[in-house]
Amino acid sequence: MLRGLWKLTWIEMKVFMREPLGALGTIGVPVLIFVVLGRFANLRSRTPSPAVMGLSGAGLPVLVALLISVSAVLSLVTIISIYREGGILKRLRATPLRPQTILSAHVIVKLLLTAATLGLMFLAGKRYFPPGAHVPWFSFTIALLISTWSVLSIGFLIASIVPTARFAQPIGAVILYPMIAFSGLFVHISDLPPVLRAVTRVLPLTYAVRLLVGIWNGDGWFAHGGDVAALTVLFLLFTAISAKVFRWE
Amino acid sequence: MHPVIEVSGVRKTYGKTVAVEEASFEVNQGEIFGLIGPNGAGKTTTMECIEGIRKPDRGTITVLGLNPFRQVYKLQDRIGVQLQQAQLQKRIKVWEAVDLWASLYGKKAIDGRRLLEQLSLTDKRGAWFMNLSGGQKQRLFIALALINDPELVFLDELTTGLDPQARHAIWDLVRGIRERGKTVFLTTHLMEEAERLCDRVAIMEHGRIIDIDTPESLVRRHCPERTVVLDANDPAAGNHFKIIPGVESVTCENTRFTIRGRGDDLVTQVIHCLSENRIPVTDFRTVLPNLEDVFLKLTGRSIRE
Repeated sequence: MLRGLWKLTWIEMKVFMREPLGALGTIGVPVLIFVVLGRFANLRSRTPSPAVMGLSGAGLPVLVALLISVSAVLSLVTIISIYREGGILKRLRATPLRPQTILSAHVIVKLLLTAATLGLMFLAGKRYFPPGAHVPWFSFTIALLISTWSVLSIGFLIASIVPTARFAQPIGAVILYPMIAFSGLFVHISDLPPVLRAVTRVLPLTYAVRLLVGIWNGDGWFAHGGDVAALTVLFLLFTAISAKVFRWE
Repeated sequence: MHPVIEVSGVRKTYGKTVAVEEASFEVNQGEIFGLIGPNGAGKTTTMECIEGIRKPDRGTITVLGLNPFRQVYKLQDRIGVQLQQAQLQKRIKVWEAVDLWASLYGKKAIDGRRLLEQLSLTDKRGAWFMNLSGGQKQRLFIALALINDPELVFLDELTTGLDPQARHAIWDLVRGIRERGKTVFLTTHLMEEAERLCDRVAIMEHGRIIDIDTPESLVRRHCPERTVVLDANDPAAGNHFKIIPGVESVTCENTRFTIRGRGDDLVTQVIHCLSENRIPVTDFRTVLPNLEDVFLKLTGRSIRE
């Protein structure tokens, strides 16, 4: 099962970094958004004005973390559909490589990328965090990786159903970005209409936001065991569905 | 010789379209076996069922003693595959692809550097896949198909879209594979390729295998006609040709006579007639039927249609 996994992962990483726009867009844009919004919110100021209070605290880092996660998933959707359309998946399948190995390599690349982008965000954020504030960067990174891993399963599902590579990016964006709006980050879930409230229960971002905000504010992992469990269950659910409907060519 | 591929009663449909209907044949150890027919005849589907990439609806397939669908990973370890219209990652380098493929197999891979050298790809080692020419991509795919030193190599339409020079170079390569004792299973819609390369061919049309044999035997069996074309400045010569035993028709256009007939000794008979009647000849050639003619005869249509 592991045969070829590391080599394939390493090659996929290099191939991704050679794509100038892909690497810049996935890594650069979220960090840029963070810096611009951070400057706007002026989080460094000891007494932030009430108007930007909403973006202070956990709000901004969690929003940017979600953007990082979603852009990693979008990039996976695009890559998988391009690989399918170009016959690359089929070519890889005509080797002793297991399908799980091929997909695992992509998941690892995306998770490494997520961690790297988050690291850049922390570096950029040093300017904006109030001096002396405790940032649980390690736990936060782990929490984001768990969240991304769970959202990747929706990425697989989207990649399974998009007809052609040309539609992958827009369809993925239309499905994934609105999820951020209903994740509880901007509007409390309890304020949503009942139908939407039910929908949020099967969306991984809902649990991701709760987990990320909690960890950022210094909660322990035990307090969020339920969120991690929900993310795992949703991962298994969406992976199972996409395994059923996935097309290799 | 024992069969390395045994296909029996295989049928495969896509929805209502029948891609392969009751295909049965065997491929022997050490031969180059060609599946020939026009585009859409079911060649690729048949090949992919044998490779274990597709599951036939019916019938049995044994490859190297394995069931290709249930023991696909065991099989993939021992075969080499070149797929029609395959691609790699745009920005993967040639050596990276070879290195990756070499790491995928259970046994030790052959020397990738030497392989690239044999395929004249050494100076392209560091090039991205997307920057290779059609012929270079095709040679890289052949390298990937050979990297695990497979017992059996599958080549699907391997020279389609290549210029004649590249085509001849690849034919030499395929003969080289056979010389090392390997078995080659290929598909092609180019009759010249089948004639020059294959020890045996199976002719396929509309998902059915119509006949299997060596190219020479197929031609002899289905197209026994021989044709002699000659230039003779003697209007009466036609009458002499008509009475040659085995001759079926004689046509004349200006000074050019076309003599059609049957029998292995038709050419000898024509030469004998020319010398006996002292007919001066300025040009003389024979036209032998080929697989293209066999296909036309068997299916009533040209393979290019």
